[in-house]
Amino acid sequence: MDWSQGGYGFYVWGAYLFALLAIGGEVLSLHRRKRSIEHTKSASAVKGD
Amino acid sequence: MNLYKYASPVNFYPLAGKIIPWFAIPAALLFAAGLYVGFFVAPTDAQQGVVYRIMFIHVPAAWMGMFLYVMMAIYAGIGWAFNARLSSMMATSISVTGASFTFLSLVTGAFWGKPTWGTWWVWDARMTSTLILLFLYIGFISLQASIDDHRRADRAGAVLALVGVINVPIIYYSVQWWNTLHQGATIRILNKPTIAPKMLAAMLIMLAACWLYSIAVVLVRLRYIILEREQNAARFAEVTA
Repeated sequence: MDWSQGGYGFYVWGAYLFALLAIGGEVLSLHRRKRSIEHTKSASAVKGD
Repeated sequence: MNLYKYASPVNFYPLAGKIIPWFAIPAALLFAAGLYVGFFVAPTDAQQGVVYRIMFIHVPAAWMGMFLYVMMAIYAGIGWAFNARLSSMMATSISVTGASFTFLSLVTGAFWGKPTWGTWWVWDARMTSTLILLFLYIGFISLQASIDDHRRADRAGAVLALVGVINVPIIYYSVQWWNTLHQGATIRILNKPTIAPKMLAAMLIMLAACWLYSIAVVLVRLRYIILEREQNAARFAEVTA
């Protein structure tokens, strides 16, 4: 494969890198949300709610 | 089997947990297959050269942005009309993924536009209407986040989602109704596609991957929304008892 993408590597790889960041960012934000829910749940358990 | 019981968030929560891997794993495999076909099997475009390969992420992202908006409006409308909490939660869950795909389509479009049109952005009908779609998503998310009472937030969001759905056909037909820099549709439901079969295969595989990925992340987020709202409801009931 031509990694330089015919001289347009910045545009082609830039677009796919951004896609990776968008998908990775969404998955990461869901993971953080899960941890936040678990934290709230454990904090409530300690308080005896 | 009584399927109506799954309209209850409490009953749907474990079901969603069971079916998520059935969408997430094929999505990952299809992303890998789509990229392989797109970069190693599909030929170089005679006019645009290699840069056209941005299409394999740009077009599915744009389609998903529009499709998810329609789905969000339908779920929000059902939630509003029938007071169905799970439908409203589904609309809330879809909105973030839809906004993400719409933003992705605009950015990848800019990466494609610069080498082919000579500019990152023009106020072209297709691009402007897609930007409005992103603003509608942001408006829906912001409106729901600004109202503490979930039921009121769901109703307000539903009104915005249903009004905004008029923008979807405008995006789709913008390249026919106006003289735009953006190219016309190369794939239509009733007509034969005008692109090479291997290019089409790569794009459809990536579209399937985006579709399955969307279902998986929407279900994951929906489970968290159910947990958060049920936790809040339990606390609210304790405080007001």
